[in-house]
Amino acid sequence: MKVLSLNFLTCAVKTCKTQSDSYPLHPKDAELVQDDIELNEAFLINLLPRIDWKALSTTATELGFPALPSTPPTPEDLRADAKTLRDLHNLLLETQMVEGKLVCASCGHEYAVREGIANFLLPSHLV
Amino acid sequence: MLPTPDTSHVAYERVYEPAEDSFLLLDTLSSPSETSFLQTRFYVSPASGTPTPPEPLVVEIGPGSGVVIAFVTAHASTLLGTRNILTGAVDMNAYACAATTETVRRAVTSNPATASMAFLGAVQGDLVSPLRDHSVDVLIFNPPYVPTAQLPSREELPDGGRIDTENAFDEDSYLLSLSYAGGQDGMETTDRLLDSLPRVLSDRGCAYVLLCAQNKPEEVKERARCLGGGTWKVETVGLSGNQAGWEKLQIIRICREM
Repeated sequence: MKVLSLNFLTCAVKTCKTQSDSYPLHPKDAELVQDDIELNEAFLINLLPRIDWKALSTTATELGFPALPSTPPTPEDLRADAKTLRDLHNLLLETQMVEGKLVCASCGHEYAVREGIANFLLPSHLV
Repeated sequence: MLPTPDTSHVAYERVYEPAEDSFLLLDTLSSPSETSFLQTRFYVSPASGTPTPPEPLVVEIGPGSGVVIAFVTAHASTLLGTRNILTGAVDMNAYACAATTETVRRAVTSNPATASMAFLGAVQGDLVSPLRDHSVDVLIFNPPYVPTAQLPSREELPDGGRIDTENAFDEDSYLLSLSYAGGQDGMETTDRLLDSLPRVLSDRGCAYVLLCAQNKPEEVKERARCLGGGTWKVETVGLSGNQAGWEKLQIIRICREM
């Protein structure tokens, strides 16, 4: 699963949906692998408006990446800054989480990630 | 005709094999009327001078072999006008998640000129429960639509398997039953999915849902028009050629009024 997917995933427990600390999920014992994907500037620039930047910054730090800037770069920033562009491309599209857990800070439930697939099925007492 | 993704690697004893319903989805999504609809809704040519909207996220619920979401990912620019789309999938069956990932990988490799490079992954889950509110722009669902006396349990399946032996299903037939057994009118799972659309679809969101004749499609469409108390546009956008069979199929498109 790409790191970018963590921007769209949240705790599956119904009562957590309204809790702000249920998002983003927190990676734990994460094992990462890198793919080699061609950089697409237009794609990244266009992606930024739909990214939750605060959540992404948390995810990046928790996965051991260098801290992201406190505010999202503008399209002009990205066009002028090849390094930030490449770092974002690497974080969002080339990095996959293959093993570990995703933890909800609201209910504490840990979702296992195995062979790149996170398991969001809940035990019966949480459904 | 766009090439159909290769699913020769999929173990059909525990993952639903592409069939008439899957192919109806491929034909519908690549029909001139739907590609025109999708491109109008989600793509603005940079030449037009209007700002390009953010990349749409296309999610298939219950992809099974992955043939449909692989088709969309591999032929992104043909269907949506741009390779710049995000795709993903949620399935209860861990084997289906693994199969989908591999089907997408193969289809993207075979269609480098038109494919999106942003397949986010397949996660194991119950319908849209792991997805964030208002995150999905195009949702695709080929449900378990066959009327059955009961629904298989959907409790946690450790390691993709099943511990509970209360029902007569063994593991493989249990996993397959998830892909077709629809309970009352074949609608128990589809009804839960429809009820979740107002939460999970974005403001520009739409959903493609496959129905069979026994699901009472006209009644389903009527219900879908007022989901969550809102106003939705609901149309039949694909019909199977097999008009005589009991399994006569159709695809409805449900979208928010923009």
